[in-house]
Amino acid sequence: MEQVPKIPKEKFKLLHKKDDQAQESLGTPSLTYLQDVKRRLFSNKVATVCLILLGIMVLISVFAPVVAPHNPNTQRVEYSNLPPKIGNLDIPGFNGMQNMDGKSVDAYKEVGAPKGTYYILGTDYLGRDLLSRIIYGTRLSLIVAVLATLVDLIIGLPYGIVSGWKGGKVDTFLQRIIEIVSSVPNLVVVILMMIILKPGLVSIVIAIALTDWVTMARLIRAQTFQLKEQEYILAARTLGESSTKIATKHLIPNLSSTIIIQTMFTIPNAIFFEAFLSFIGIGIPAPNASLGTLLSDGQKAFRFLPYQMWAPALILSIIMIATNLLGDGLRDAFDPQSSD
Amino acid sequence: MTKYILRRILYLFLTLFIIASITFFLMKMLPGTPFTNQNRLSPEQLAIVKAQYGLDQPVFIQYLRYMGGLFQGNLGTSFQFNNEPVTQLIGQRLAPSMQIGAQAMIVGTVLGILLGAVAAIRKNTWVDTLATFISILGLSIPSFVLAVLLQFYLAYKWQIYPVALWDNFQSSVLPTLALAALPLGNVARFMRTEMVDVMSSDYIELAKSKGNSNWQVVTKHALRNSLIPVVTIIGPMAVSVMTGSMVVENIFSIPGIGEQFVKSITTNDYPTIMGLTIFYSFLLVLVILIVDILYGLIDPRIRLGNGGKE
Amino acid sequence: MEKILDVKNLNVDFSTYNGTVHAIRGVDFHLNSGETLAIVGESGSGKSVTVRTVLQLMAKNSKISKGEILYHDEDLLKKSEKEMDDIRGNKISMIFQDPMTSLDPTMTIGKQVAEPLLIHNKVSKSDALKRAEEVLRLVGIPNPKARMKDYPHQFSGGQRQRIVIAIAIVNYPEILIADEPTTALDVTVQAQIIDLLKELQQKIGTSIIFITHDLGVVAGIADRVAVMYAGKLVEYGNVDEIFYNPQHPYTWGLLDSMPTLDTDDQNRLNSIPGTPPNLLNPPKGDAFAPRNAYAMEIDEEEQPPFFKVSKTHYAATWLLHPDAPKVEPPKSIQERFEKYQEMLGGSVK
Repeated sequence: MEQVPKIPKEKFKLLHKKDDQAQESLGTPSLTYLQDVKRRLFSNKVATVCLILLGIMVLISVFAPVVAPHNPNTQRVEYSNLPPKIGNLDIPGFNGMQNMDGKSVDAYKEVGAPKGTYYILGTDYLGRDLLSRIIYGTRLSLIVAVLATLVDLIIGLPYGIVSGWKGGKVDTFLQRIIEIVSSVPNLVVVILMMIILKPGLVSIVIAIALTDWVTMARLIRAQTFQLKEQEYILAARTLGESSTKIATKHLIPNLSSTIIIQTMFTIPNAIFFEAFLSFIGIGIPAPNASLGTLLSDGQKAFRFLPYQMWAPALILSIIMIATNLLGDGLRDAFDPQSSD
Repeated sequence: MTKYILRRILYLFLTLFIIASITFFLMKMLPGTPFTNQNRLSPEQLAIVKAQYGLDQPVFIQYLRYMGGLFQGNLGTSFQFNNEPVTQLIGQRLAPSMQIGAQAMIVGTVLGILLGAVAAIRKNTWVDTLATFISILGLSIPSFVLAVLLQFYLAYKWQIYPVALWDNFQSSVLPTLALAALPLGNVARFMRTEMVDVMSSDYIELAKSKGNSNWQVVTKHALRNSLIPVVTIIGPMAVSVMTGSMVVENIFSIPGIGEQFVKSITTNDYPTIMGLTIFYSFLLVLVILIVDILYGLIDPRIRLGNGGKE
Repeated sequence: MEKILDVKNLNVDFSTYNGTVHAIRGVDFHLNSGETLAIVGESGSGKSVTVRTVLQLMAKNSKISKGEILYHDEDLLKKSEKEMDDIRGNKISMIFQDPMTSLDPTMTIGKQVAEPLLIHNKVSKSDALKRAEEVLRLVGIPNPKARMKDYPHQFSGGQRQRIVIAIAIVNYPEILIADEPTTALDVTVQAQIIDLLKELQQKIGTSIIFITHDLGVVAGIADRVAVMYAGKLVEYGNVDEIFYNPQHPYTWGLLDSMPTLDTDDQNRLNSIPGTPPNLLNPPKGDAFAPRNAYAMEIDEEEQPPFFKVSKTHYAATWLLHPDAPKVEPPKSIQERFEKYQEMLGGSVK
């Protein structure tokens, strides 16, 4: 400290910095919000895997007629309840062998199926190909989920925006309605709707959307309340832009993260309710398959044919887990503060 | 506080009234009656039966009658099941449903709180990852899928528990487990978020600066503060357990109200459906009311009204 | 005067998503028994991190890479977690910045004040509560007996800070670390809290480390002042030396941006242009150089060592090098120099 280092004299020249030079440049390149979201989402391995998994399921569902090895509703009673078999592969559980009276026998030979006949996941009690039924069942579940979410948005988004934007008496009134609707158990509403409407895809979608929009509307309302006070919205109002224009140009883009995240949580909910209704027998009517009906059939037969229960249970669980995890991943990606 | 509770109770009855009215008129909109399919009834007989149930009256009169009955705690008479009063039907079947419901709630909440707390304390370690994985499984896998799997392995294959039977505690284990998964997952996840939040708060740092050990900081300050908000999700959890129990009761052949509800749906037993709808709604609003009051009681910030400054 | 705390060459790193942040880069300071040391700097200068390191109340992602913290000649950094628990809230305690969030919202304040007593002493609960009541009276909570059963939200911000102070002093600590204790409070309340701290210091004879970004607060309480910038000390000395004979351009900037009684409509408040450097990649030379109107070439190449100004006053700036050109500090600083000369009795330095 006492020792003064030796330094060449010319180093002690004043640089005479001006104020504007005093600003330092920012080193890191700035990313746009969406790029940032994308980067965060894809750096989350779990979410990426779920996204790919769901992507594959969606693709298979879209191309179900091409991908499915058989017509899902074609009955061949002579081939009923055949165990899974993949070509001539000898993998336990997938080799067409079945336990009968303590002996392992080739079930395909027993029913006299010609060589080369095989069902990857076996057949059900009417001899329908289980794999094809699962593919079509998944497709139906996904369609229900997507449609329900859409309807959900169509009701919940404007409802929430109006409630949050108008505030005051309109808001109080709209919130009362929500309070009443949400105090009836979802399931009761869904079941009542299913009794009144004819069973089928449309009824399920309506029934699910009728209960789910409440959550969406609530979130949108809260978000709108916050956004309403933001300066850029105030500026737009001061400049005299119409309400519709403000809603479409400023509000909805800023609500998009809330919408996307909530959608990711509505989808598993819809899938659950569809499966639930079909499981108790008031959902998708026969002969069409849904994951719920397949699981219900599987449960009835599981003592002797457990494979009929396994596949739908597994697929249903995977969809639910993947959508939930992807929803978590999206939420973290959109709002890094929400988890650390 | 008393004023608040009274107002909430008033709201509760208002809500129930609206629900009952909507349910009633929805049921009236339905084409046909449960007797439509019973071809052996001659028109005369049908008229007698209708008169017996008051179905020959104008809808409005029927409505007044129904609401009047409701006011006296009468939910009408079942079309099926030997014309039993619906209230009696519910009464007989309440116990099993309540038992597995309460067991599932207790098991799920307690385990969920533990799991969430451990995950928060060991944040970003393998313990946290494992706990998160368990809670995701719990809240993702539908209770009826879990029920089917439990039934297959624990009851059918390994024969530890009965497959489908209702007599002793043994028979309630599997349905309880199937129903407990969802509250477990949800509570664990909620608890973790709350506790992570609390653990990074200023008052936890102050508690640490007082000389509390890490364990004391958790038990004396962090746990209580994270537990209070967990109370708020008990209501929604109870609802999903009720939902799940409908089909879980069916899978395990438990004579509860959930099984009754499903049975009534498949047999078009409108009075029972209506009665159970109102009953379920009543349970729901009651649970939410109790939870809100409970929350007010345990959180000093609410308990004392607006005494403090913000 | 006895040195009760001696921090030597302290280095603290934070591992973040973007890399390692060198938040504290070789800090040395000491605390004498019975005095008040103020550590001054803008937000992010590392002053809070420095004092939290003393109590080892640090974020999980931080690491002390070098240095020692001697408390009565024992290195606190070598103590076990258990030994540190015995010191915290007993020998050394801390007052936090935001009284609105630093009290447990679900515990009565009586219990919160009594807690350090119960942790560190073998006392009965009722004795601890009695003692808590005394301390609450001491810090100026009216009617403490009744208010012990109240919860934090039932108190105003100033009162809550008094309660936080009560918690900190309940065990009569040797060292009290006050981390911006007045920042979150109204100006009038600020003065009350400063007065309270001074009064308590006299009553219980504690030494205080006072962290602040507000030089105005410092003048009223500190015996010595250390100025911190970008994870390093840049100047330290007695309070008069820092206020009236500052040597570092950063200290000039801080003092120049402080309103005084003479500040009127014509002289607008000055500010230091620019922002502190990114400590992910600390600059090779003097960290203040990019914002320094008196920067020299050497500032960008080499970090300045501490130059002695007086026995108690040191500053880390190349301007004190014998070869450095004479510079003219801002007008307000020159006025301070004049005042300093008057204080020294007109004698020329």
